[in-house]
Amino acid sequence: MSLVRDILVIDDEPTVTQAVVKVCGAEGMTVTAADHVSEALRCLEESKFRLVLCDIMMHERDGFQFLEELARKGIQTPVVMMTGYSTMENAVKSLSSTGTVDYISKPFTADELLTVIRRSLRCAMLLDKAESAGLPRNNSMSYVPCPANYYRLGYVSWVLMEDEGTARIGVSDLFLKAAEGIRGFELSAPGEVLVQGTPCAVATSLDGSTHEIMCPMGGKILEVNADAQSTPSLVEKDPYFKGWLYRILPSNPESNLQWLSL
Amino acid sequence: MVGRKIGFKLTFGVVLTVLLAIGVFAYFNIQSERKSLLTEVERHANQLSEAVKSDTEYDMLRNDRERIHESIRRIGKQESIDRVRVFNKSGEIIYSSDSAEIGTMVDKKAESCYRCHSAGKPLEHLETQERTRVFRPHRDSSRLLGIINPIYNSQSCWTAACHAHSKTQIVLGVLDVTIPLTDVDRNIRRSQVAIVILAVSTILILSLIVGFMVRWWVGIPIQELLTGMRHVAGGNLGYRVTVKREDELGMLAKSFNNMTDKLAQARLQLFQSDKLASLGRLAAGVAHEINNPLTAVLTYSSYLLKRSHGRPETRDDLQVIVSETIRCREIVKSLLDFARQTVPKKRKADINEIIGRAVTVVENQLALGRVKLVMDLDAALPNVTVDANQIQQVFINLIVNASDAIGENSGTIKITSKAISVRPTGVLQIKRALCPKRHDLVDRKVRIDGKPAISMRFRKKEHTGLIYINPMYGSDEHRLSGMPALEEGVELLCPDCSTSLIAEGELCPKCGSPIYAFEVPLKGLVQGCLRDGCGWQSWEEVDTAWSDEFVEVRVEDDGCGIPKSEIPMLFEPFATTKGQKGTGLGLAVTWGIVDNHNGTISVESEVGVGTSFIIRIPVGS
Repeated sequence: MSLVRDILVIDDEPTVTQAVVKVCGAEGMTVTAADHVSEALRCLEESKFRLVLCDIMMHERDGFQFLEELARKGIQTPVVMMTGYSTMENAVKSLSSTGTVDYISKPFTADELLTVIRRSLRCAMLLDKAESAGLPRNNSMSYVPCPANYYRLGYVSWVLMEDEGTARIGVSDLFLKAAEGIRGFELSAPGEVLVQGTPCAVATSLDGSTHEIMCPMGGKILEVNADAQSTPSLVEKDPYFKGWLYRILPSNPESNLQWLSL
Repeated sequence: MVGRKIGFKLTFGVVLTVLLAIGVFAYFNIQSERKSLLTEVERHANQLSEAVKSDTEYDMLRNDRERIHESIRRIGKQESIDRVRVFNKSGEIIYSSDSAEIGTMVDKKAESCYRCHSAGKPLEHLETQERTRVFRPHRDSSRLLGIINPIYNSQSCWTAACHAHSKTQIVLGVLDVTIPLTDVDRNIRRSQVAIVILAVSTILILSLIVGFMVRWWVGIPIQELLTGMRHVAGGNLGYRVTVKREDELGMLAKSFNNMTDKLAQARLQLFQSDKLASLGRLAAGVAHEINNPLTAVLTYSSYLLKRSHGRPETRDDLQVIVSETIRCREIVKSLLDFARQTVPKKRKADINEIIGRAVTVVENQLALGRVKLVMDLDAALPNVTVDANQIQQVFINLIVNASDAIGENSGTIKITSKAISVRPTGVLQIKRALCPKRHDLVDRKVRIDGKPAISMRFRKKEHTGLIYINPMYGSDEHRLSGMPALEEGVELLCPDCSTSLIAEGELCPKCGSPIYAFEVPLKGLVQGCLRDGCGWQSWEEVDTAWSDEFVEVRVEDDGCGIPKSEIPMLFEPFATTKGQKGTGLGLAVTWGIVDNHNGTISVESEVGVGTSFIIRIPVGS
């Protein structure tokens, strides 16, 4: 436990771990590669990592079993799940699992990978900070107070079920903070159909990196918040009220809600 | 093999019948000809015999034996006469054209005598027919006809100067004329041969004509049908039987083709769902396997691209690698989307509303292509239980396809929705009904709305009678005569064998009364409620085969159309005609979604005229 390394990448496919080592190494990060869950757990015992990048479908034990193992051992290192089998079930399950901060689908470009890693590292840092300030370390932790009746998809997005059967969708403050300064949002048009667990909007941060916001609930877009599009800072300042992104007609709220937490 | 052919059998039967008919005709014809020829010869012989008699009468009276000899010899020389002779009363030949015979005695039993003498005592008078005889002196000689002519005593005889005969004699002698039947026999033979030739040639020609017609009308179409059936049995459902006729065989061919079409359609659906299911599993596996190597390609190439500032030539090449790898990623993603059509999450929804949503999504795209959208939606459409997102995807796919088919030109897309009903109730007639012992319950004498009713006997204590059920399946009003009020002890029996028709232990799900049941051969059991006025009926085979009501949506365009040959491949994955434009999964996904909703999708298309996609989604699913 002497050294703190940046990233532990777990994948039974060496080409993937080597690529991650190469890309992140070139950015000055220290990366350790593990071929399977047991090796990763050994690595975690030997040294401390700031972030774990873990594949979902692996031969011996899969990524979700790894998460259970972490929870059992009380290891709080944040995890980014990645998979080549990028179904919306995998995305939603990854984001809603305890211990994960983000999700990335393979294949990715170097920039996409770095964006997710940086955002997750910042998110982990913010969580650490909050914890040290005495706040609970879970996804309801927030700097901007979030109303209690909001359902959340991990640290990424939220949905508010409205009385008329419609729902309002927005992005969490932690996600925005981790993305560090939003320059603009790219939103879908009314009438389009959103699917839970697929990107519903793309935020561009000040450094030019793009962040895909995973949709917390599927349905047809009834209304797009024009203010959020014209003044992105509004979303950062008031992400839960005036900074909403879409008003949708949910297509299957019951089954969508089971993945979300209040 | 030939003997087993129906054409051969038919021809053989007809020819055999004709053979019999002609044979009988020929036999009687020959018989009657033979008879009439013989009668003619008999008459002729009789005339001849009379002529000889009168010719020699004068000489007889004068007892001029030389002249009589001369006359008889002269007459006997004629070609048409075999011989002429005269016997006296004691059987001695006294005159003959053959002089060697004269003076010899004739045996009473000889063929010329037996007519009169066979009975023992001489007869004195004979009819012409009885005086003739046909005989053959040797086995090898030709037949002869002999006629005897008795010379009766007369006054001029016993008063003649010679006093050769006394007054008491009745028959003085017999004139025997024999005529050869060579010519007659030749004629008979000739006509026999002619009739046999006629019969044989008639049979030959007839069998040729019948054989040809049977082959043309029956053999060839049956052969063609047989070939079709072999093809279909071998799995070639695209085979068409080409029997273009209006007769029963033509109709059979038409129904055969119809059946093959239906079979092909059903197989396509089955095959498609099978294939899509395995393709889904395959896609999931492939996506996972491909994405790992793609990750390496994409991360390394994008990493290199980031570090390639100042080297424009490498940069461009790397840019191609990155963008093409991203394209691969999109293809794999669409494969996964396709594989993801698992169980749809269904809710009650209004199809018209879903169409409206789909149209909003693609409206901008349509405006660019100068496409006019016409909607004819049935406002009274029943709600259907569907996954709205998936069905919306179906309509989006179809509208985008339609607009692609229209292309650069201006055109029209027409979307029509309507409710259609293909319920069996009130449409299907129960034509046969059997009791458990297989007696027919259909009473052809009693008709309801013109159709033979189903009869049953009811019995309650001493009351008994017949009730009749409307044969139209599911018709509410199905009793003609009333039954005693439904209480315990009412029996419903087969009118023939009195076997009970009440389904034991089962009750009407609508009103809880006892139910009757009968069998429709090959089509399962029909059950119905016993209570008058309830009208509940169930026919499982038919109910399951005929789905409930459907909502039908047609998406029509007047675009380029689809060639017939491409239609069978239309719903297969990667069967795109759009080149680079599509992933080739659109219609496969569409098909999968509709299939998941127990619906059907079909295409009508004509090149240059347009295409219609017809989707039917069951209302009750």
